[in-house]
Amino acid sequence: MSIKNNRLTTAEYEENFTDIHPPFETPDAALVEANRCLFCYDPPCMKSCPTSINVPKFIKQIATENLKGSAHTIFSSNIMGAGCSKVCPVEKLCEGACVYNLMHETPIHIAKLQRYSTEKAMDNNWQLFERKPSTGKRVAIIGAGPAGLSCAHTLSREGIDVTIYEKESKGGGLMTYGIAAYKVTPEFCEDEVNYITSIGGIDIKYNQELGKNVTVEELKRNYDAVYLAFGVGLARQLDIAGEHLEGVEDAIKFIYELRNNDYSKIAVGDKVAVIGMGMTAIDAATQAKRLGASDVTLVYRRTQDEMPCTEHELNIAKLDGCKIIWLAAPKEIKGDNGKVSQLVCDVMKLGDPDESGRRSPVVSGETFTLEVDMVIKAAGQMPFETLVKNNSFENNKGKVAVTDKALTNQEGVFAGGDCVNGGREVVDAVQAGKDGAAAIVKYLFGQDYILDCELKPTFNN
Amino acid sequence: MADISTDFLGIKSPNPFWLASAPPTDKFINVVRAFEAGWGGVVWKTLGSQVKNVSSRYSSVNYGGKRMMGFNNIELISDRPLDINLKEILEVVKMFPDRAMIVSLMADNDRKSWHDLIMKCEDAGAMGFELNFGCPHGMTERGMGAAVGQDPEIAKMVVEWVMEKATIPVITKLTPNVHSVVPTARAAVEGGTNALSLINTIQSVTGVDLDTLVPNPYVAGKSVFGGYCGPAVKPIALKMLTTVAQDPVASRVPVSGIGGVSTWKDAVEFMLLGATSVQVCTAAMTHGFRIVEDMCEGLNNWMDEKGYEKTTDFIGKSVEKITHWEDLDINFHHIAKINQDKCIHCGLCYIACEDTSHQSINVERGNPYNNYTIKEEECVGCNLCKLVCPVDECITMEEHRVAPEYVNWKDWQAQGLPLNDH
Repeated sequence: MSIKNNRLTTAEYEENFTDIHPPFETPDAALVEANRCLFCYDPPCMKSCPTSINVPKFIKQIATENLKGSAHTIFSSNIMGAGCSKVCPVEKLCEGACVYNLMHETPIHIAKLQRYSTEKAMDNNWQLFERKPSTGKRVAIIGAGPAGLSCAHTLSREGIDVTIYEKESKGGGLMTYGIAAYKVTPEFCEDEVNYITSIGGIDIKYNQELGKNVTVEELKRNYDAVYLAFGVGLARQLDIAGEHLEGVEDAIKFIYELRNNDYSKIAVGDKVAVIGMGMTAIDAATQAKRLGASDVTLVYRRTQDEMPCTEHELNIAKLDGCKIIWLAAPKEIKGDNGKVSQLVCDVMKLGDPDESGRRSPVVSGETFTLEVDMVIKAAGQMPFETLVKNNSFENNKGKVAVTDKALTNQEGVFAGGDCVNGGREVVDAVQAGKDGAAAIVKYLFGQDYILDCELKPTFNN
Repeated sequence: MADISTDFLGIKSPNPFWLASAPPTDKFINVVRAFEAGWGGVVWKTLGSQVKNVSSRYSSVNYGGKRMMGFNNIELISDRPLDINLKEILEVVKMFPDRAMIVSLMADNDRKSWHDLIMKCEDAGAMGFELNFGCPHGMTERGMGAAVGQDPEIAKMVVEWVMEKATIPVITKLTPNVHSVVPTARAAVEGGTNALSLINTIQSVTGVDLDTLVPNPYVAGKSVFGGYCGPAVKPIALKMLTTVAQDPVASRVPVSGIGGVSTWKDAVEFMLLGATSVQVCTAAMTHGFRIVEDMCEGLNNWMDEKGYEKTTDFIGKSVEKITHWEDLDINFHHIAKINQDKCIHCGLCYIACEDTSHQSINVERGNPYNNYTIKEEECVGCNLCKLVCPVDECITMEEHRVAPEYVNWKDWQAQGLPLNDH
């Protein structure tokens, strides 16, 4: 048992990390699916999308072979519509709400259709939005992740010049660094950032970290407004003995490494335990398996009824051969020569509901031990509490506190995305970016100003 | 098991499904394949003077992802030499003596030409002739086809010429490219035709290519009006068939129904409105001859279910059910009802009613599903909501008569009853 890299052949890596949701093979295939859409009124899919993409409209536009219109409909609501079509947990959003579910029929493959239109738009570099004439206003954004990019694009459309400060060397945020490689490739993420910024008026300064290379005070001085979209940090500590042992990894760091290096360079254990049952836990577990771990076990302290990931995601893990242990909480990590050798877990039982409304797990008194050589922590991410507090922002357990969706306690400073909500889907961050941009524009030009993106994309009364 | 065999003017066929005079009946190989597949009869593609065809010849209309909802052609009558056709007809008749073999004819517009053509074709073994008075393209310019069918006087004259020579039953095929088929139908009957068939194809432009700007079908940068057929024309054909079935003169002779027949259900509808046999083309051109299997089985099962032993038990049964508007019962009223257990909350009924009809559906907004209910006092019973609903039997129309007695428009006026209820 040991942690090592280069467990598989190049061909095996390629096969294991190939696109899990392949696109339509032909335009005909997309047309058949598009024609299946009922074109619902006040559509449940649209209402279930955090960015309110007018799904039936864009699908109808595929059916009428108005692909430019279709892509415009998607991007008008969600400028990361291409990435979202690959990473959104659609089974709990648009596709989960599709009325076909109520007929016990397969829901419309909305994500696949969305990918069809948006990919065409990106491949052909269709410029679907025009910047309004420059207003002379300048806004600084911290973080080129989904919230920052969405905010930047919305502002640029309104004729505002945007500078984004990004601590990494690439844009895209968790889309680029925090999502399973079989969902999006680094090349796609880069293309998507370039496509978004191709509207003009958006300058991304890379390797610029808040608090290190740039400060809030200086940005407030130099720009008309500031938008904070710096996301969340590393995985939550387990606070158990043995957490320092070699072989205890952070899921975010593990996925970050995997997204930044050749697969053969990523070391993985032979027997791996992953703590948590959110999307990141699934991404870490499935990718550990796909890197060649022989045995991967997901350990979760509650039951399937309370798990944060979707059933679809759980099934990916199961199909990859990951084992699942419900009602188990890590108690201690034991080592051998400073390296992980065992994970001891408490067997839990469900007690009374906690503040989230879910029944809280309590220790039953029994324990069990897993023989493992690697433990990946994926039990939620930690906000950048110190950064938030050092800059005197009002906070909510380390997350930036906002009112009216995007207003911080400091004038001219706005915030959104994971740094405010603690870590949600890409699509939530995109909506937060739009809300932030709207708040900034109204702050700069007055409350009555109506943004292009606020104009209703369709008649839906 | 019901008996689905058909007797049309003494021409027997094992089922009422004939292939219409068209490309599928142009050659020995096609017709033999059709008979092997089980078709009850064919109307051999029109014979006449030698013609020459162009390329391309067909175009179609797709709808909602479904191909060939409507179909058109600019092909002429058979472009093969007459003697080859006649030789092949004779051969097929020998191979399949139990099937109906009708030969479609179109001669130049003079008595001698018709007489000559009939005499040449009488010996081919066919059981009947069908006069092509309907071809809407290519032949009309030469005074034939629809040019004959569009003028009752000429039609009658030609039928009379034919009847002078023909010793086998004659069916006159009518063109729909007229404001009413009845005058020509009457003229043909008065001229002595033994039967009628309808409809031929409808003049059409199926579409325009948005890149080349040339309408379909494309022939070297140009197009012409083509004859439209297929599922799209069925309602028009049924209407024309009904007008013939309801006319005291035209209805004296049997009718072979044509126009978008694709399934056994379509065929039953044509027969209920007066057709003794039906003729099929587009459905076969879309799927091949094998479709006749289900047509026979479906008809058989339906007849068994309804207790009809032979086709004549139900032919024409719906003719009297189409009446005049002023005879409809004004006191009949029905109101839509949405079955909440079946509703999938798609909102299609609501938006159709709200935008385009009578604002008779309530919406109770929900996330993500809205609930829809009928405003019974507003509903005029138009059926639109039921028609757009994607769930079978989710919206039903419940009868709520305004008053028990039958009152039609004429009574209503005579009694001076109030007109405006708004």
